[in-house]
Amino acid sequence: MDSTRKEWLLNALIAGALFAVPLWACVVNEPFIITLATRIAILAIAAVGLNIALGLGGMVSFGHALYLGLGGYVAGIAAHHAFHGTEILGLPGTNQMLPIWALATVLSGLVAGVVGALSLRTSGIFFIMITLAFAQMGFFFTLSWPAYGGEDGLPIFVRNQFPGLNTARPWEMFLLAYAVLMLCLAAFAGLRAARFGAALMAIRQNPDRAAALGISPFGIKLVAFVLSGMITGLAGAMMADLTRFVSPAMMAWTVSGELIVIIILGGVGRLFGPVAGAAILVGFEVFFGGLTEHWKLWLGLVLLAVVLFARGGFIGLLAGRVRHGG
Amino acid sequence: MTLALVLEQLLNGVQFGLMLFLMSAGLTLVFGVMGLINLAHGSLYMIGAFLCAAVAAASGNFWLGLVAGIAAAAAAGALIEILVIRRLYARDHLDQVLATFALILILSEGVRMVFGPFPLYLNVPEALRGTVSLGIVEYSVYRLALIGFGLAVALGLWALIAKTRLGIRIRAGESDREMIAALGVNIRALYTIVFALGAGLAGLAGALVGAIQSVQVGMGEPVLILAFVVIVIGGIGSIRGAMVGALLVGVIDTMGRFLLPRFFATFMETSQAMGVGAALASMLIYLLMALVLIFRPKGLFPAHG
Repeated sequence: MDSTRKEWLLNALIAGALFAVPLWACVVNEPFIITLATRIAILAIAAVGLNIALGLGGMVSFGHALYLGLGGYVAGIAAHHAFHGTEILGLPGTNQMLPIWALATVLSGLVAGVVGALSLRTSGIFFIMITLAFAQMGFFFTLSWPAYGGEDGLPIFVRNQFPGLNTARPWEMFLLAYAVLMLCLAAFAGLRAARFGAALMAIRQNPDRAAALGISPFGIKLVAFVLSGMITGLAGAMMADLTRFVSPAMMAWTVSGELIVIIILGGVGRLFGPVAGAAILVGFEVFFGGLTEHWKLWLGLVLLAVVLFARGGFIGLLAGRVRHGG
Repeated sequence: MTLALVLEQLLNGVQFGLMLFLMSAGLTLVFGVMGLINLAHGSLYMIGAFLCAAVAAASGNFWLGLVAGIAAAAAAGALIEILVIRRLYARDHLDQVLATFALILILSEGVRMVFGPFPLYLNVPEALRGTVSLGIVEYSVYRLALIGFGLAVALGLWALIAKTRLGIRIRAGESDREMIAALGVNIRALYTIVFALGAGLAGLAGALVGAIQSVQVGMGEPVLILAFVVIVIGGIGSIRGAMVGALLVGVIDTMGRFLLPRFFATFMETSQAMGVGAALASMLIYLLMALVLIFRPKGLFPAHG
């Protein structure tokens, strides 16, 4: 079996397992496992976003926690105002997920546009550092801005609502996250197969040659960066609703690191890499976290081993290498 | 707001900047010579602080602790260079970021396992307690000593790099790695020495700062990020840039936190001004870094032309 078919089989298995396990948990009434699977799905959405910039475009953004946090605060602030019946900038709050998602996505896209336009003037280690700097700005801003809880964060007392679903039920919240994840994966696959994706990958592999073919690297990379931020922002809004809490910690630099770790564990640029990576990270935390309080030591060792010896990540390990650099 | 208060804050800024320089010097050397981005540099800072606190508590002597802290950080640096870092020189920045991120997890948990989850406390040495009068301001002797210490180490580092054979090799390594290897310099040993040197400086900074803060797991990461801001502003690979960047960051951060809330209070309600001022002050150095990168994408003192 060639590696492309192997990868599709593996993708189907991962998608199936991520659905089957919480379904089983729903039947035997284990809400903790359903919530865990929901967390995996939402983290995977965030990482799918980053995978557009990092996997397809080769832009190592060390600041994607900024968009996760932005999305989270959109959900938190909207719910806060809806709960208290107050207005923000002349507008009422809302407890409906759809307008919250739209706002989170658009706002993240706008911020990513500004950050990307400035950051893409640099490259290499400078790009890593400037994206980190922008995320730190957001982190410290939310930390010291007192209006929405500052350091203490902002609780969402009642989970926001989605038409036709009862989002307070773990299983229905999971279905929602799963559906959004599948849509985002389809969007990623579509983007990768489109001319845009081809141009983006060409720029990653050889910017000079791509430019010689008439592709403008800056514009394409910027669009990819914006799309990337939008998807991660959407995940942030969902994550805040899942935990019913948003705090500056969502923008911490370690979160940006974890998003990269998810992609690397799963396999860079692979369609289902973020899903596999998120499942491995969360599974690791729950499994080893139950065994030893020092689970992060083991996570570090595993990550080190993956970076040093298994560069294709989980999917690369099982499905083989991509022949044309993905 | 008196002149004395401003002067005190300015001195605090300089002291903070010089400690940042100790951190940044190693980071920028390692990047300049080996082309490696090392997130685990903050862990070496932490190791220096923990060993200093533990040895100082056991022996009752701060200076013994300081030596132990530097030695432990340098030894840990040499060890991780040989075991891990060495395999990363030829890799791209993404792999380096990830592997050293993994090292942070390992070293932080390792320290937590050895020293337990609670912070350690390190007392300022007997001889440096109290305050000293500097004309219009009473200033902490220890902080003043930190300024002196930082300047002395900076001078020593300059002498090492400008005047010694090791320094010549380090500079040669920065400009052309292959060539100095071809000239018969043991490049692997040189890399280990440079890494251990940077680690020792980080350990020194950690031990010195440990006496005015609590010594705890995770203390290295905020400083690490500031050190990255410093070397990006200064120009990665440039020691002179690290010095200028460190003083800029130290003074701007300290003065921003001190002045901005007061500035906003002149035309806003006090509690609101405090919030806005503090929020803006905490973003100030990142704003500075973004501005520098936008107008000088390679930093103020680009190391490689």
